[in-house]
Amino acid sequence: MILLAVPGFPGNQSSLNPVGPGASHIEFEFSLIFWITTAVYIIVLAVLVIGVIRRRHTLDTMPEPLATNEATEKRARIGVTAAAVVTVVLLFVMLIGSFETGRALGDMNQENAMPIEIYGHQWWWEVKYPNNDAYKTVETANEIHVPVGVPIRFRGTSRDVIHSFWAPNVSGKRDLMPGYNAEFVWQVDQPGRWRGQCAEYCGEQHAHMSFEIVAEPKDEFTQWLTNQAQSSVQPATPEANRGQQVFMTHACVLCHSIRGTSAGSRVGPDLTHLASRSTIAAGTLPNTAGNLGGWILNPQSIKPGCRMPPNQLSGTELQDLLAYLETLQ
Amino acid sequence: MKVAAYLALLMVAAVCAGGCKREHRVFDPGSPQTQVANASALNEIHAGAQWSPGPPSSPSRVRYDDNAYAVSEGKRLFESYNCVGCHQHGGGGIGPALMDAQWIYGSHPEQIYETIVRGRPNGMPSFSGKIPDYQVWELVAYVRSMSGQLREDVAPGRSDEMPVIKSEQARPKEHPSDEHQQKPPEGQP
Repeated sequence: MILLAVPGFPGNQSSLNPVGPGASHIEFEFSLIFWITTAVYIIVLAVLVIGVIRRRHTLDTMPEPLATNEATEKRARIGVTAAAVVTVVLLFVMLIGSFETGRALGDMNQENAMPIEIYGHQWWWEVKYPNNDAYKTVETANEIHVPVGVPIRFRGTSRDVIHSFWAPNVSGKRDLMPGYNAEFVWQVDQPGRWRGQCAEYCGEQHAHMSFEIVAEPKDEFTQWLTNQAQSSVQPATPEANRGQQVFMTHACVLCHSIRGTSAGSRVGPDLTHLASRSTIAAGTLPNTAGNLGGWILNPQSIKPGCRMPPNQLSGTELQDLLAYLETLQ
Repeated sequence: MKVAAYLALLMVAAVCAGGCKREHRVFDPGSPQTQVANASALNEIHAGAQWSPGPPSSPSRVRYDDNAYAVSEGKRLFESYNCVGCHQHGGGGIGPALMDAQWIYGSHPEQIYETIVRGRPNGMPSFSGKIPDYQVWELVAYVRSMSGQLREDVAPGRSDEMPVIKSEQARPKEHPSDEHQQKPPEGQP
């Protein structure tokens, strides 16, 4: 079978740049249908244009009556029959292609795939790497690290409304519905950062609900996972120490958890290794001290309607808090 | 015929005008400095001390009590801040029930605000410095909806829990007494 390919569209959030087997199947099916329908479209338009050009009358003469004879009738019959047959055949080609794509995606299902649990929240992604030893379970948010070339068993649901998990370079969409577990297997074959987004309108900040799949070599991934499983370390500097006190005595502690401290609420994202993440607010802003400070003081000006309230902190309190959050590597 | 059409239009307009307030959403509640409830920092020695004297004045009823979004936010916060840990879903457990006519510390919005922000003896913690003002008022509105104090079309009507009790909008209106008037014992001067 000739591999049809749309000229390469690079990009880290594009279905036309597949980096995993799942997305490759989908991209192939897309190309097949795209090229067939494009060809049909061009042919139909060409016939229309030819008909217009070969008009049989002008404005000042009446059209001649259509003369029919055996020969023209036969030609027309053959033409129409051939077009109908080709149409049916092409429809079947697309149908079978679609069926085969679905089957190929289903065949990726493997028992020994690495499990990752993803929960959609308004408006961020909770990511969990389950482990039989409970203390090794890793929880993070919005940044999904995976080893390259290893099948991942994705299991997900929603904590509030319907969301949809979609990283176009990696796989198709999967809706996350409250009370229902979505499960499928995907795999990333190329190291890199692949962006994904919620694909089901879920409220005011639906557009600011993105995530990143970070595909890295297996040993790097193992290193990352080991680090994430650690509890936070007690801060060493006096500023960071004061910052920890600020965290524990203000509103932060009501929603966030930092493993290794008394903060253990499960309403907002887990901040145990906040500093190791590259973005804040579900991919809305790069994770820099300035952005983080602005976000803490008034998240509503950045993501109106989000679940985090504005926080009143004095300048020194904020600086200490930022110093503490920076230690959460 | 024309009169009927105008009348219908007028009725639609009236319904819409009533509904607007109910659906209005305020996403930017103002800078953190405007959040009075955050003004007093909490420490181990004075829980919610340095309080500005006098109870805060209740904000416009329209913004919270008559606003379905604010009340449903209150319902969400009631879960998030673990109020359900003690009060359950209004039925009471460690803390008193909130869906009945018995109000230990008063049922006025300002009194409930005080209860949340300053805490009360025997277990109600102070949330001063932890919850911004607008969220306290959202909680106040929701708590009042539990005993049917709010309009039916504003109170939240669907729970994610097992419906062992009527939803807030279907609860009969209780009439909590505002204060426990202590009668002086008879025979005393």
